[in-house]
Amino acid sequence: MSKEAVVKKKKMRQSVGDMTLSITCYVIFSICALLCIYPFYYIFINTISANDLSARGAILFWPEGIHFKNYVSALNIDGLFQAAKISVGRTLIGTLGTVSASAFLGFMFTQDKMWHRKLWYRLIVATMYFNAGIIPWFLIMKNLHLTNNFWGYILPAIVSPFHIVLTKTFVESIPKELQEAAEIDGAGIMTIFFRIMIPVIKPIMATVAIFAAVNQWNAFQDTLLLVTDTKLYPLQFVLYQYLNQASSLSALANSTSSSSLAAAAATTQTATSIRMTITVIVVLPIMMVYPFFQKYFVKGIMIGAVKG
Amino acid sequence: MRGKIDKKKWYSFKLFLLIAPFLVLVLLFSYYPLYGWLYAFYDYRPPRPFSDAEFVGLKWFKSLVENPVKIAQIWQVLKNTFVMSGITLGTSWLPMLFAVFMNELKCVPFRKFVQTVTTLPNFISWVLVYSVAFSLFNSTGMMNTLLMNLGLVKEPILFLQASDHVWLTQWLWLTWKNLGWAAIMYIAAISSIDDELFQAAKVDGATRMQTIRYITIPSLLPTFFVLLMMNIGNFLSNGMEQYYVFQNAFNKEHIQVLDLYVYNLAMGSGSYSVSVAISMLKSVVSVILLVVANWISKVTRGESFL
Repeated sequence: MSKEAVVKKKKMRQSVGDMTLSITCYVIFSICALLCIYPFYYIFINTISANDLSARGAILFWPEGIHFKNYVSALNIDGLFQAAKISVGRTLIGTLGTVSASAFLGFMFTQDKMWHRKLWYRLIVATMYFNAGIIPWFLIMKNLHLTNNFWGYILPAIVSPFHIVLTKTFVESIPKELQEAAEIDGAGIMTIFFRIMIPVIKPIMATVAIFAAVNQWNAFQDTLLLVTDTKLYPLQFVLYQYLNQASSLSALANSTSSSSLAAAAATTQTATSIRMTITVIVVLPIMMVYPFFQKYFVKGIMIGAVKG
Repeated sequence: MRGKIDKKKWYSFKLFLLIAPFLVLVLLFSYYPLYGWLYAFYDYRPPRPFSDAEFVGLKWFKSLVENPVKIAQIWQVLKNTFVMSGITLGTSWLPMLFAVFMNELKCVPFRKFVQTVTTLPNFISWVLVYSVAFSLFNSTGMMNTLLMNLGLVKEPILFLQASDHVWLTQWLWLTWKNLGWAAIMYIAAISSIDDELFQAAKVDGATRMQTIRYITIPSLLPTFFVLLMMNIGNFLSNGMEQYYVFQNAFNKEHIQVLDLYVYNLAMGSGSYSVSVAISMLKSVVSVILLVVANWISKVTRGESFL
């Protein structure tokens, strides 16, 4: 065999191997994507299908008997509107608090002249690595009268070490001359922060905002620990209650008959339709926001990885 | 001259005063709870105020190792915690492989699409994950309908009430939620590998598999190591949300990890003091684990991650 043929054969084998790799990758990742999309798609098509069919679990791949009544009647679901107000409220106020505090502290911790700056910074960063435990935390929150109190959702989240580290790292990448020039012009520290820093650190503030908003929207554990007043339940908690009820019902095994009893007509609400409609309502804001802000999330985790 | 020094001192103190309100928040919500550890040494019974509680010394700590019922319970809880964390540690290379092979998708729009879609579950709450699980796997859910339509089963299988394979299914849900996002770190690390290395490998006639084996993976190992050490530091902290939403009377024995057990003890059965005692031990052990992991990292790589 000539040398050329050997090289050619080797190349052939290579490309066969490479092709197999390529195809395997495409197949595996298509499956992964499907596993992540289908569950949401399944829930969505069930909410717009005839409710007697969805209660029987007959809707698998495409909607049947399409109607949007579930979303209209969602307004009448007990406590859902109030819960939406709480969820939106805590997301807006909580995000505002976390973003302002992170921007301000991230900036202030770059000020070498501060009295014992390193000590205070370490004091905050250390809380990333240890905590007293949820029950001691709950007992203290009770002492502070923050149980059954809307501010119990907001105040503990304001100072967030991870977001402060993010902002500080970002501020450190800005040339020091910017601040020095302003100082020579006689600007005070607050003027420098509001007039000069904020416009420059807007990108990292956007990143922090998006993280903080998702955290507030998804928060569940704090309600579980702190709140018994149903007026203060956020959407996540109301959804959990519906799931819990449904789960204890279906544990009685004979659920097929009970659910078909409940589903008299195609547009009457059933346990299934309520559960799935709330799920879509809770998931939708994240679905809407995530693809557009993905680069901010990725940027956040990258800067965070550089460590504080 | 003196006035100038005082002015400087005043300025440095003023900077501190500006952040002081935030330090108060940190002290209140992160350090003041440490005072809550005191409850572990008292016999605290909720409706009565803490000031009425009787000092009992180490009674609760002793009860953890003396009472046979407690011992059996804690043994099971520790087993669940160790197995869950063990599986997570043992499969911590999965995100790395996920990133490496995702990088082999040469069609960029498709790769971007896969990346977006697989990271999305990380941003929904555990309640929503449970809702998804419930919708798919309850008795009238998609899985049971499919199995019955295919004639594989006659009666619906109660997947979520099963007491077998709890560890495995919980790990699968955890992976479903986290895998894509955990891979992001590695994807960024791959894009920072010097392109000349890949070019050189190509010139030398390396197959893509060989490139992965000899270039991509070795360059990712430092990142992998740091994340592994951090996971060791979190060995006892599985978090409670996932296990709380998935728990029910049937799977409780196998799903109760330490964080959930602490919660159930206090909020479920009102044993606040015992629960705080366990919390306390857990926090101390966690800090020790973190320090040890950091020390290992220092010794083996000359770099600490704290």
